Amino acid sequence: MKPTIDAPSLSPPPASLSLESLKSTDVTFDAATVSRRTLTRSRWWVWVSSACVLAVVVFVGCLGLGTQSIPYSRIIAVFVSSIVGPYTEQGLGDPISVILLQVRMPRVLLAFLVGGSLAMVGVALQALLRNPLADPFVIGISSGAALGAAIALLFGLGISVGSISALPVCAFAGALLSLMIMYRISSAQYGFSVYTLLLAGVVLNAIFSAFIMFLTSIADPNRAFGMYAWLMGTLTGPDWSTLGILVLYLGAGLVLLGMHAQSLNLLTLGEETARSLGVEVERVKKMVFLAAALLTGAVVSFSGIIGFVGLIIPHAVRLVVSADHRLLLPVAGIVGGIFLMMADTVARTALSPSEFPVGVITALVGGPIFLWLLTTRQTQLGMK
Amino acid sequence: MVIDDSPNTVGYEVTYMMNDQVTSNVAYSLEDVTFSYSRGKRAESQAALKELSCLILSGRVLGILGPNGSGKSTLLKLLARVYQPQKGTIEILGESLSGLSQLDVAKRVALVPQETLQVFPFTIAEMVLMGRSPHHQGWGGWHWEDSQDWAVVQNAMDELDVAHLGDRLVTEVSGGERQRAVIARALVQEPQILLLDEPTAFLDLHHQLDIARIIKRLNRERGLTVILVSHDLNLASQYCDQVLMLNHGRLAAMGSPQTVIKPEVIEAVYGCSVLVDRHPQSGLPRVSLPV
Repeated sequence: MKPTIDAPSLSPPPASLSLESLKSTDVTFDAATVSRRTLTRSRWWVWVSSACVLAVVVFVGCLGLGTQSIPYSRIIAVFVSSIVGPYTEQGLGDPISVILLQVRMPRVLLAFLVGGSLAMVGVALQALLRNPLADPFVIGISSGAALGAAIALLFGLGISVGSISALPVCAFAGALLSLMIMYRISSAQYGFSVYTLLLAGVVLNAIFSAFIMFLTSIADPNRAFGMYAWLMGTLTGPDWSTLGILVLYLGAGLVLLGMHAQSLNLLTLGEETARSLGVEVERVKKMVFLAAALLTGAVVSFSGIIGFVGLIIPHAVRLVVSADHRLLLPVAGIVGGIFLMMADTVARTALSPSEFPVGVITALVGGPIFLWLLTTRQTQLGMK
Repeated sequence: MVIDDSPNTVGYEVTYMMNDQVTSNVAYSLEDVTFSYSRGKRAESQAALKELSCLILSGRVLGILGPNGSGKSTLLKLLARVYQPQKGTIEILGESLSGLSQLDVAKRVALVPQETLQVFPFTIAEMVLMGRSPHHQGWGGWHWEDSQDWAVVQNAMDELDVAHLGDRLVTEVSGGERQRAVIARALVQEPQILLLDEPTAFLDLHHQLDIARIIKRLNRERGLTVILVSHDLNLASQYCDQVLMLNHGRLAAMGSPQTVIKPEVIEAVYGCSVLVDRHPQSGLPRVSLPV
């Protein structure tokens, strides 16, 4: 039987909290009355536009450096003539223009896109897992994508069917597979164990790596050598049309992530609290995982496994700029792009004319930072 | 089950006066609520809450008491729809809880969790501001705060005396300050019902008193319905209008502190005998452990 009660003996229903008293005053409130550090629209624009300006400066700087260095006046001249002047084979057909527009620019742009995507995936996964050590590389999504891409490469699926290349699709499938395994593991019981997930990531990494090793060992040696270099993370110069495809994948992933910036803020409080603040946690988790798989799959298929960008960049940006994901996501993306443009420039110029995988640099920089975080942040991470 | 027989308490009304017209004074109405964290075969035997039915009145302070593992926090989480019961129905302010969207629930109920851990460098002001998000429905939750949001935030931070901490990091402040900020975040949701899970658990005496008084004040001045889980029988006795005692996921007793906080009830539920006398100031039951 449904219990009900008698009205007259009870106190009147409570007045819900209202703003009437506040509305009647003339005081206008804005962010500054509450806190100077909180995000406002103007602060957002200042940070994002400064990061963009910095990115353009570094972009142009990296274009000038290489086996053959190109003076900046020349770079600007080529820019201007390629935009303003009529594009003719003669006008931009000289070797320097060709190097700039067909070789170096796509490569530096690729570095920017890859670094930016990795950093943003890192931000999203860290918020979702409430763990500043999460990164697509650390928790095994990159190696899932790499396995997908390796299968595509070794079985000759790299050849595009129509206009859609099978490579990013396979890498996306691999990334999605590893994320789905993660998701199953994490939701097998009530609540969400961050540490189960991190540990599962390490194990997944090992399993996927074993598969990749197996595939490379049965492949013919020439292909295997190329595979090794790719696995370490190399940004071989793409052409403009492949860059276009990458931009499509990344665009979809970035919109999906950006939309959920506020939900990511709330998820850092834990899933139960996020739910009590109105977040539809399961839906947001699925969306963010999907976006992470899209971005990681696309990035890995173009550049192999580049580790730790998604770890160190978000951490640095959070410390300097803001932990608010509405600002953190775009700024970490731009700074991640800047970081990888610079790292790749070192990779291709330090031992010029030969070059080494950019993943070597990111691992040498990021690995020690990871260890440092692991040892100094134990209490915060709840590991103690 | 102990049912209070004095005419002005819930137990009486539930038992003797049935009236289908009235829902406006009821914050929650639970009917045969069963919930288990495990699924499948073990779900039944390991249920955290079993066939729980009760009415929770609005505008009052209700304390949920019970031994460890009796389902207190679980009940609170079901009331905030963090989880949904496998069986039974919960009505909130006359509406079906499961029929509301998560956002609509968050506009009616705010939950103050037992502990707030934050690994990322958010400031207190940023954390309080997160309480506004149920009031913004947009593109996946993306929004900018307007002056009304800031007014609500400032008001709540003043009320909980955390306005001066706005720029400090959540990780930097003391436990009492953080707890006050979390309550401020809950107020910023502009709820009609405030749920608190062990609000004084990690606090020293001074801060315990502080939080208890704040809760009472919010109830009196704002007419906020407060439901709190506590291990502290004396705190519940002093500050709650009603108490609900759970034992192994079942309702063991419900009524005013005088009727529930009795030696025989406590012995039946907790399995130990205690001394209950009267508080020298309020005359309400006071529990002491025997020597």
